[in-house]
Order: sequence, then C-alpha cells, then structure tokens
Amino acid sequence: MLLFGYAFMYVPLFCIIALSFNDSKFVTAWSHFSFKWYKALAQNSIMLDAALNSLKIACFTATISVLIGTLAAIAIVRFKRFKGRPFFVGMMTAPLIMPDVVVGLSLLLLFVSMTNLLGWPGEHGILTVAIAHITLSLSYVTAVIQSRLTEMDSSIEEAALDLGATPIKVFFAITIPSISSAIMSGWILSFVLSFDDVVLASFVSGPQSTTLPMVVFSSIRMGLSPQINAMTTIIVSILTVCVAIAGYVIYHSGKKISNRSRQEKKRWQGLM
Amino acid sequence: MPTKKVNTWKFHFRGSSLIVGVPYLWLLVFFLCPCLILLKISFADSVLQIPPYSNILKWINDSAAQLTLNFANYRLLLTDDLYVRTFTTSIVIAANSAFACLLIGYPMAYAIVRSRPKIRMILLMLIVLPFWTSFLIRVYSWVILLAPTGLINKALMYLGIIDQPLKLMGNYCAVAVGIIYTYLPFMVLPIYSSLEKIDNSVVEAAYDLGCTPIKAFFSVILPLSMRGVATGFSLVFMPAIGEYVMPEILGDASTVTIGRIVWNEFFTNLSWPVASALSVMMIIFVAIPVMLWYGGQQIRLNKKLNIHEKV
Repeated sequence: MLLFGYAFMYVPLFCIIALSFNDSKFVTAWSHFSFKWYKALAQNSIMLDAALNSLKIACFTATISVLIGTLAAIAIVRFKRFKGRPFFVGMMTAPLIMPDVVVGLSLLLLFVSMTNLLGWPGEHGILTVAIAHITLSLSYVTAVIQSRLTEMDSSIEEAALDLGATPIKVFFAITIPSISSAIMSGWILSFVLSFDDVVLASFVSGPQSTTLPMVVFSSIRMGLSPQINAMTTIIVSILTVCVAIAGYVIYHSGKKISNRSRQEKKRWQGLM
Repeated sequence: MPTKKVNTWKFHFRGSSLIVGVPYLWLLVFFLCPCLILLKISFADSVLQIPPYSNILKWINDSAAQLTLNFANYRLLLTDDLYVRTFTTSIVIAANSAFACLLIGYPMAYAIVRSRPKIRMILLMLIVLPFWTSFLIRVYSWVILLAPTGLINKALMYLGIIDQPLKLMGNYCAVAVGIIYTYLPFMVLPIYSSLEKIDNSVVEAAYDLGCTPIKAFFSVILPLSMRGVATGFSLVFMPAIGEYVMPEILGDASTVTIGRIVWNEFFTNLSWPVASALSVMMIIFVAIPVMLWYGGQQIRLNKKLNIHEKV
C-alpha cells in the first residue's frame, strides 16, 4: 500500500521530467532526446517577466507575513486576556477554511470600494497581490510560530526579567532567537504559498503584475505544452537539491537527529 | 505536576497594544471588511455601470437614508436548478475525494509509523516534498496522463486493448483524481501525527488480552486516531468544495463546481451581486459550520486537559 501510494504520488511527476527532454512538438509522442524546450523557456520573455513578478511578490509577502505573524502569535499565546481575543483568533483561522475564490473576490471588492472612497489603491498591481497573499499566509505563519511559542520554556524569559533586563531586550535576546526556526519555516512556507497561488492573483492583479502561476495556468488551459515540462523539471530539481542538502545537514548533525525530527514534526503540526 | 504559569509579560510589556494592534488592524481591514462588503453587494442589483452593482444605501434627503435589501440574488440561488445542482455536486465530489484520500492515506500513514525510525524520516520527507512543488504542475501531470493523446490512452492503444482513445478527462472523476492527488499529503500528515502519539503499551495490552491484530486495530488504534482522521478529512474536504483550478483544467464545460460558477458569474457574466451571494452562501453553509466544529473541538480538548490536570 505504501509503495502504491508513493507510486501514485511520484509516477506522474517522473513522466513529465522524462518528456521534458523530448524533441517532438507533440508532448506525448517521443522522438529523440534534446534540450530544445529548455532553450525555448529561457527565451520566453512573458514567462520570465512573470517569474520576476512572482519572486518580488513572494519575498515581500513572506517578510511582511512573518513580521505581522510573529506579533499575532505572541498576542495569542502570551496575552490571554485582551478585548475581542476569541474574535481575533477566529479571524486568524478563518482564511485557512475560506475557499480561495471567496477570499479573492472579497478582496477585489474591497479594493474597488476603497478606490471609490479614498482613491487608493487605484490601479491593481504588485501591491494588491501582495496584500491578498499576506492576508492568506498570515494564518499559516501565525499557526507555525504559535505552536513553537506554546512549547517554549518561558522560565528563561522570566529569569531575565527578574535579573533586570528590559522586556524589549528580553524579546530580542531570548524570545526571537528561540523561535527563529519557526520564523524561518514560516517565511519559507509563506513564500511557497505566494509563489504557488493562482486564484487570488487572478482576482486582484493588474495588467502589469501577471504572476508565474497565472501564465502557467493559462498555458495549461490551452492544452499540453512542452515548455511546462521543462519548467517542472527545473523546479523539481531545485527542490530535490534543497531537500538533499537539508537531509545531509540533518544526517551529519549526529545527536541532533531526534531533536530535529521532533522540530520537523512540530512544524507540520503547525501547518495542520 | 502541573505548574501554575505566571504571566509576567502582560505586566511588563508596554508595547502590548502594538503587538495586538498591528495584526488585529490588518485582519479588520483586509479580512473582515472584505467580508462585509461581500455581504453588502450580495444584496445589490446588477446594473450596467462601473462597478456593476447598485448602491443599496440611498440618501432620501440630508438626514435620512434608505436601505433597500434585494433578496432576488438569494432567491435565484435557492430556486434555480443550476445553482442547487452545482452546490450538491461540489459537495459530493469533495466528500468522495476526501473519502478516497482517507482510504489511500490511512494505510500510508500507518505503514510510515510502523517503519524503522531512520527510514521514517525519509518517508515523511517524500510525503511533504510534493507539497512544496507547484500544485498547478501536479494537476498538469494528470493532463499528460489522461488527455486523449495522453500516456494512458497511448499505452492502452499500444497494447491493443482499445483502438479509440477513451475519454478519461472532462468528467467529475478526473476532477476528483486531481483533488485526491493534490491533497493527499494533507490527509497523511495529521493521521501520521495522531498515530504516532498512541502509546504502544495500550496496543500491547490489547494483544495480551487476546485481541487479534485486526480487532486490536479496529477497537484500539482506529478510535485513538480519529482526531487525525477528522482533521485530515476536513483539510481535504474544505478546500475541495471551492476548488476552481482542478475542474477548470481536468474537467470540461459540463463539470461545473461552485468555485467555477463564482468565477464565471464574476468574470464572464459580470454579475458581481450574484457572485457575492454565492460566496456568502458558501461561507454560511461551509466555513461557519466547520469553524464552529473546530471551536467545539478546542473546548472539548481544553476540558480534557483540565480533567488530566486535576487527576
């Protein structure tokens, strides 16, 4: 069953990778080995521009989500009583459940109304897409950091406070370093979420801010495309290299293995 | 021994209003506000102007305003056969896909928990890996397999089983396959973590008391992992209902789901009020029940923790 499950997950991806080296114009008819479609991809300026847009939006989204998400996680874990706390927690988890189409539509309506009332944000572009992505990924980032913060031993902070450190110093010298792994994984998670989103971006993007998933989506709707095969192969290889490096680091940190795997698990539980 | 935590932070930290305020404000402006605007526009009329909806609030004179709520959109959704059918088929597809995910995912999670610790890490990584690749690409990989000129049809024709390509794509089944494929990690991981938490001595006790492995599974392991199953089920079921991309790529004109209908009403028919009303219905029928259920779970969990602390 395990083998079947993994075959189900990986065979389709391997088919794409194999076909990306196909010379034929027809995606599934094998002629002979070539890098033709990689060259075509490198010259596809629409794709490259969109990829650059996506990269900018994803970096911006990840950074802002981590900043606000850390504050939100501290608010939820550390301040047990403030006005409207249940409401705040509810709003924080709602975007996880809301369908993308609804979030995208409602944000677009907001931007339209705001433009009518305040004259801002006017034209839709990178900023509106980033705002939409931050709103979505904020929930995920907060969940990840929150779970790390909950299990963190607060006695060190209290000791530091007792020894006369100012709260701000404690925050930067103790709290932030001890949740740094969660902040990192929150950043990566929100980067990936933003880089992967097509529905929100389709609603709130302007003509100048087409993202890579939007281009990929429209080319898939046109039918099979060899360039997408080439792109898949590139993405999967980059990812495999990253995971291999991560695996190597974990393997060679010896004793830390059990510790690290617990962290990894916590990270996923945070995701769930 | 439960220790009582003293919340020193609250008293020491002066920036607390900033810490709570910034995320709170963000959510109010970019989450609550959009939902209210959605609700407002769902009561408006479709008109030919920019933006294409009427204002439901009209000033009669300087001091009084008149609020006209137009329920026509909702009446349309509840009576028109197309929308009702779309709602039910979307829910049926989502439920079927979540169930199929469970059937594939539970044995996988179980096998991973049973495997040796060193291999377990690698197996888990392999589960998470596709989650980081683009989901569009994963859906596209099924187009390559299922298309009329796709690999499955090619293979079947090569083997001489069929002479005409089968229509594998463009039906609800293909949409379900796409959903199962993309959301499988969301099913495996919560089940895995709930299975991992089970104390092995409980299972051994069941064996000592004469349980067969099958009976031990159904009377001990399965009930103890129900929380993971429920989480996994809702993580697949929820997003699957509003799915737009999968039906668009793997389906055809006949596979209409709620996500697609909202999209079409908005972008093609330019009927913003109907799209808004559909979204509001989705929130009422899908999101709110799940949130309440999650809230209930949380309260129940807290109760259990309190009982444990008292014991």
